Amino acid sequence: MLNPDSVGRTFEGAESVTVSQSEIDAFCAVLSENNTTVAPPTFSIRITLEQSQEILSNPEIGLDWSRVVHGDQRFDIKRPIVAGDTFKCSSTIESYKVAAGNEIVTVRSDLHSGDKLVVSTWSTLVVRA
Amino acid sequence: MIEVGTILEEKIFYVDRAMLKAYADASGDQNPIHQNEEFALSVGLPNVIAHGMLTMALVGKFVTDWAGGSAAVKEFSGRFVKPVIVPADQKVDLTVSGVVSEVDGERIKIDLSATSAGVKVLGMSKAVVVK
Repeated sequence: MLNPDSVGRTFEGAESVTVSQSEIDAFCAVLSENNTTVAPPTFSIRITLEQSQEILSNPEIGLDWSRVVHGDQRFDIKRPIVAGDTFKCSSTIESYKVAAGNEIVTVRSDLHSGDKLVVSTWSTLVVRA
Repeated sequence: MIEVGTILEEKIFYVDRAMLKAYADASGDQNPIHQNEEFALSVGLPNVIAHGMLTMALVGKFVTDWAGGSAAVKEFSGRFVKPVIVPADQKVDLTVSGVVSEVDGERIKIDLSATSAGVKVLGMSKAVVVK
């Protein structure tokens, strides 16, 4: 079970992440997107998935990733991601409830480049009973 | 002229196991339910399923093709209501449609829908673009 004290808290990722052109190229290739000068709108999941998993695997939070199913996803994109962007990721546990034995957790992850917010993502995760 | 009710022409994407592998590598999501049939069955799934985020990425492609490129999208959301089931050696459809639901200056909101094998897979999906 998620530690209720972690709801509302923000956890900072340890390291910054720099986006390479080859990562954008690979993501575009799957979608047959020929314009690789900017990243597709959902590209930030490549950064936030790993970062938020690392952050939320912190034992004091208590989220069991092995039983997580992705429920909802939302992106708020201030500007498109381009190669060379360096981001710090922070994740905030925005809400938590238990329904029919499943835990439902909404995590917001923010990607900052310097002091500028570039992308916010909201992932609603269902931890199956 | 884009106005409320303008329909985005339906598009069919095809998803196969090779695409799941490519998406796993591109996104970093190597969860075996998206690649390993034996594992997927062992956790109670009907077969290998596509990453929800691959579905969303393809719906995103539908939007950016219409809106003039990846940079056009300001907001994008969806709910994963059912999985896209991807049997071996098959190409399954992801059929995407959309309709303009709001026009506010240069910001255009689109309501999106995606089905696979006739089953709705992405619900409550919306995008805001600046075209």
